[in-house]
Amino acid sequence: MRGLIRNPVALALVALALVILLGATVSIVPETRQAVIVRFGEPVRLINRYHPNEKFGNTGAGIALRVPFAEQIVWIDKRIQSVEMERQQVLSTDQLRLQVDAFARYRITDPLRMYISAGTEERVKDALRPILGSALRNELGKRPFAALLSPERGQVMSNIEAGLNRVARQYGVEVIDVRIKRTDLPDGTPLQSAFQRMRTARQQEALTIRAQGEKQAQIIRAEADAAAAQVYAASFGKDADFYDFYRAMQAYRRTFNPQASGQTTVILSPDNEFLREFRGR
Amino acid sequence: MNKKTPSPVRRFLSHLSKPVLAMAQGPWGGKPDDDSGEKPQGPSSGGPRNPWTQPPRGGGPRPGGGPERPSLFDDLLRRGREGFGGGGGPGPGGGFPGAQARGLWPIGLAIVAILWVVLTSFHRIGPQERGVVLQLGKYSRTLQPGIGLTLPAPLERVEMVDVEEIRTIDVGSVGQGAENLVLTGDQNIIDLAYSVRWNIRDADLYKFQLADPDATIREVAETAMRSVVATVSLTDALGAGRTVIEQQVEERMQQILDSYRGGVRVQGVAIKQADPPEAVNDAFKEVSASQQAAQTYINEARAYAQQLNARAQGEAAAFDKVYEQYRLAPEVTRRRMYYETMEAVLADTDKTVVEAGNVVPYLPLPEVKSKERAATPAAGANEGGR
Repeated sequence: MRGLIRNPVALALVALALVILLGATVSIVPETRQAVIVRFGEPVRLINRYHPNEKFGNTGAGIALRVPFAEQIVWIDKRIQSVEMERQQVLSTDQLRLQVDAFARYRITDPLRMYISAGTEERVKDALRPILGSALRNELGKRPFAALLSPERGQVMSNIEAGLNRVARQYGVEVIDVRIKRTDLPDGTPLQSAFQRMRTARQQEALTIRAQGEKQAQIIRAEADAAAAQVYAASFGKDADFYDFYRAMQAYRRTFNPQASGQTTVILSPDNEFLREFRGR
Repeated sequence: MNKKTPSPVRRFLSHLSKPVLAMAQGPWGGKPDDDSGEKPQGPSSGGPRNPWTQPPRGGGPRPGGGPERPSLFDDLLRRGREGFGGGGGPGPGGGFPGAQARGLWPIGLAIVAILWVVLTSFHRIGPQERGVVLQLGKYSRTLQPGIGLTLPAPLERVEMVDVEEIRTIDVGSVGQGAENLVLTGDQNIIDLAYSVRWNIRDADLYKFQLADPDATIREVAETAMRSVVATVSLTDALGAGRTVIEQQVEERMQQILDSYRGGVRVQGVAIKQADPPEAVNDAFKEVSASQQAAQTYINEARAYAQQLNARAQGEAAAFDKVYEQYRLAPEVTRRRMYYETMEAVLADTDKTVVEAGNVVPYLPLPEVKSKERAATPAAGANEGGR
């Protein structure tokens, strides 16, 4: 023993062997992962399995022991994962198309089942993706277009979730929710016709506004005319005869204005009122 | 160094000076003067070694193995080991705990162990951080800001999480960038750009509950925004309803994230831009142009009304004044006005006075210069004007 301790190389080798043994026996299970212990290919027990309403700190995380070299540990993520669906084109009952982008959040609640049926997390995701797509298309295809824009109102999303959960349970997975991220009109005719509709609506609105403006303007003018006429009538109506005379004087001044274009030639007769005094009496 | 029988102090000093001397050799070994015979056989004697010469074959086992030159560290070790081994016996005063054992190893290990324990048990947590303590993988507690004490490293690990920092997610881009088209409730389309601010509320939930929390929050933001915009009309989204939309999106996001138990708080949503899409922008500009035009029409009409009103009042007032005067002396005023007007009017005109009677009036019309209209034809001359 002393010789062993004296010899540093041997010491190092022994230490290394101990470390390897330790690594094969003891594992630290983090809060974010659950584990399936597999002995010679067959799953024997689960560690840190997911339970709903479990608080962190009281889970099965911590130290896990296993038989070294005979048992393998398979890690499975315990957290909420997400699977995204590719863009799908959905046809509504009134024959209108919509491009939908959706995602689903799921969690592996039965790791044993997941290990047996799918093996790895990647395969679970690949299995869920097409099912999500078809469930979405089926459910949304039963609705009119207006309902597609707001599928949250009503049962649509929960129906999709229920349908997806039925399949997901076989993989040991629980689907938490399904949500639509984007809805777009498909490029090409639907999008362009929507734009055209917006354009014509705007043009109509523009014309209406203009017409309203003109109508208002005309009313204002008419009112102004009426008010002016009223003012005139109130004033000139006091003596219609005198107004006639007064206005005629104004008119003569303006009409026979020497600065105005045209020259005026007046031919007077001595009988003219103007020349009355001219004749003498 | 000479091997005398030194006093304890001198022995102490000599032990200490060995490493110092070793360093004085320079990092490539070799000694300026060597007379103790402790030097290993390998390196050439005398003078500092040339680093480009071939390293000599090793003398004695070297811990590192391989064609390594006997480095300073090796020298130190060997010196220490042999010095202590050779010294044996009662060590000098002062604590050398491992003096009876093999050498430097236990002391070094002890020092390292103490340092390790001290460094990994005390944690300084800043005011905006929280420390999530993992006890062999299991979550044990969250440390508040200040100095936290935990078990040393392999038993308990602390992960710092910045909970006060407000992170921002930007969706869409302002200006000419890519469009982020969203459908509104009345099946119109707008181009939205907005940003979401959030921070971490529960450090343990944030770390353990969601895989990829940042991407999750972004997707939740897009979902919430889309579903809220699909309930408003185009005019609301473009104008007055923005604050309502922002509020509703914030509420919905918080609701969804809480249903995941994500431990995240949404601080706010800000819509940076809500515009009609590029393709129909002109039509929208047309609308505002027509609004301007309508306003212009109305303004013009008002101006006309003002003008008319002023003129009417002016004329009416003038007439009233004259009428007042007239009423005081009607006939005189009338005469006066008549004469004044006629005077002014006939002053600058061409006048011809034709006497009625036996003279046949001959009016040389071509000579009468009248440009556009004949002022008064011959018939008018006989009747006379009033």
